[in-house]
Amino acid sequence: MKNKVAITGNEAVAQAMKQINPDVVAAYPITPQTEVVQIFSSFVSNGQVDTEFVTVESEHSAMSAAIGASAAGARAMTATSSQGLALMFEMVYIASSLRLPIVFPVVNRALSGPINIHCDHSDAMGVKDAGVIQLFSENAQEAYDNMIQAVRIAEHPDVLLPVSVNFDGFITSHALDVLEVLDDETVKNFVGQYQPEEYLLDAQNPVSMGNFDMYDFYFEHKRQQVAAMEAAKKVIEEVGKEYEAISGRKYGLVDAYRLDDAEMAVVVLNSAAGSAKGVVDELREKGLKVGVLKPRVFRPFPFEAVQDALKKVKAVAVLDRAETFSTLGGPMFADVRTALYDLKNDIKVINYVYGLGGRDLRLEDVEKVFDDLANIVKSGRADKFVNYLGLRE
Amino acid sequence: MKKVLEVRWHARGGQGAKTAALMLAESIAEMGKYVQGFPEYGPERMGAPILAFNRISDNPIHIHSNVINPDIVIVLDPTLLGPKVTQGVGDDGIYIVNTTKTPQQVREILKISSGKIYTVDANQISLDTIGRVIPNTPLMGAFVKATQLIPYDKFMENMKAELNKKFKKKPEVIEGNLKAIERAYQEVKSE
Repeated sequence: MKNKVAITGNEAVAQAMKQINPDVVAAYPITPQTEVVQIFSSFVSNGQVDTEFVTVESEHSAMSAAIGASAAGARAMTATSSQGLALMFEMVYIASSLRLPIVFPVVNRALSGPINIHCDHSDAMGVKDAGVIQLFSENAQEAYDNMIQAVRIAEHPDVLLPVSVNFDGFITSHALDVLEVLDDETVKNFVGQYQPEEYLLDAQNPVSMGNFDMYDFYFEHKRQQVAAMEAAKKVIEEVGKEYEAISGRKYGLVDAYRLDDAEMAVVVLNSAAGSAKGVVDELREKGLKVGVLKPRVFRPFPFEAVQDALKKVKAVAVLDRAETFSTLGGPMFADVRTALYDLKNDIKVINYVYGLGGRDLRLEDVEKVFDDLANIVKSGRADKFVNYLGLRE
Repeated sequence: MKKVLEVRWHARGGQGAKTAALMLAESIAEMGKYVQGFPEYGPERMGAPILAFNRISDNPIHIHSNVINPDIVIVLDPTLLGPKVTQGVGDDGIYIVNTTKTPQQVREILKISSGKIYTVDANQISLDTIGRVIPNTPLMGAFVKATQLIPYDKFMENMKAELNKKFKKKPEVIEGNLKAIERAYQEVKSE
């Protein structure tokens, strides 16, 4: 059963949370995420969900409460953005190392300072090494679909890791968009009942969590987290196939758009991938062989899928909506370039940092990127690796 | 219809441009079209100039950037008439302006020789029908008349459903808003 609706990204995600009906949600409001927890709290007070909603005094406490609930055996969620995720940082590591399948939307927003409330990916990139699975969403539809799939990915016995569902602040969170939502029963059956293998309130099989872990085991536990991340790739694909069966929408590790015969490609996350697709459609009409690669999963980094999608292109531009201050470009650039290095195909890979603090990515910006790539293909030379897009210099 | 029809709203904080852009999108979506409705968020201050945007298409819309070359420009506050209103608008652009002035006078203020200009006194209409100056809903009536994008009756039907949803706790304002849209639809002036 499909139902087409016109709602905002935040409304779509709150709707998904309602249909998932988690046991516990602990959250603190922060722009542009506020509406997600605000709308969800109205579902709680209207009795439309069975969720225990915990109002906390900070995001650090929000994740702490979600950790406590999840360790106790509940299906737990939180939601945050920007400074909130930064404040939660310490507890994100605890959630992933305790192997707790907490699902949480992250409405992507710049980090201060200077103070800014608009979209970029600095918040998400801050936790890219925290052991949390990161799904990215081009629009409200994907944010909704990712939320529902995230539950199954997180709780899979081979995975047991937190999953964050990222979508762009304001651009996706506050914009009205047309999407298809599933009916409640379909979602309920898809996510199923959460049955944790080990949990603190299981009096018959007592366990302890969060123990002191010295040099004799800490390293092995970290290795196990890596193994879970590795296993997550297969699980994400399997869950995607099952989701396609109920929704008709395809989800994999990456979204390869018009890349089959492409000579030039742009790699970009979230809503900007949509704008890049629009530009690719126009350039294709002019006969240019161009395409877009949108990683849906950033952690674990799907390097095999990236290699496979880009192995035949001549030049690639990676667009990063976050800065690393390494002077060697953005975070995704490093990963994509590393993935392509071993192919030995002499693919030229360059980087553009764009859209920081909500700077609009214009279609002519993307056109300029493809122009630059065309020059690189023609000359066979890429002299400048790190570039800035839509910036006054 | 062009592949993707783009709308830009010029207003001041507090005039309801964001609400109007979202409501317009919602009621056009009811017609089976694909839509986007989004404001350009700045520091939210009463009275500060703000922009809001719509995209309308028969097919799914990929693009997520701001609208730079609008087909239709809607101006909620006549004091904003100036170069920013005409920026990026093509020769066949449509302007819908809340003002007591005539389309010819607006044309002189905007210093343009092309495009189509529509005017409506949405402040007076909203004062008469809703009881306060809130020009956003009447402008939607003017939009329906000027663009002929959707049939008037169908639009009103959708709008009624939406207002019922939006003002569940304030049913007294629904009738006024509908009346405001109807009057603007009838009273909008073209050249």
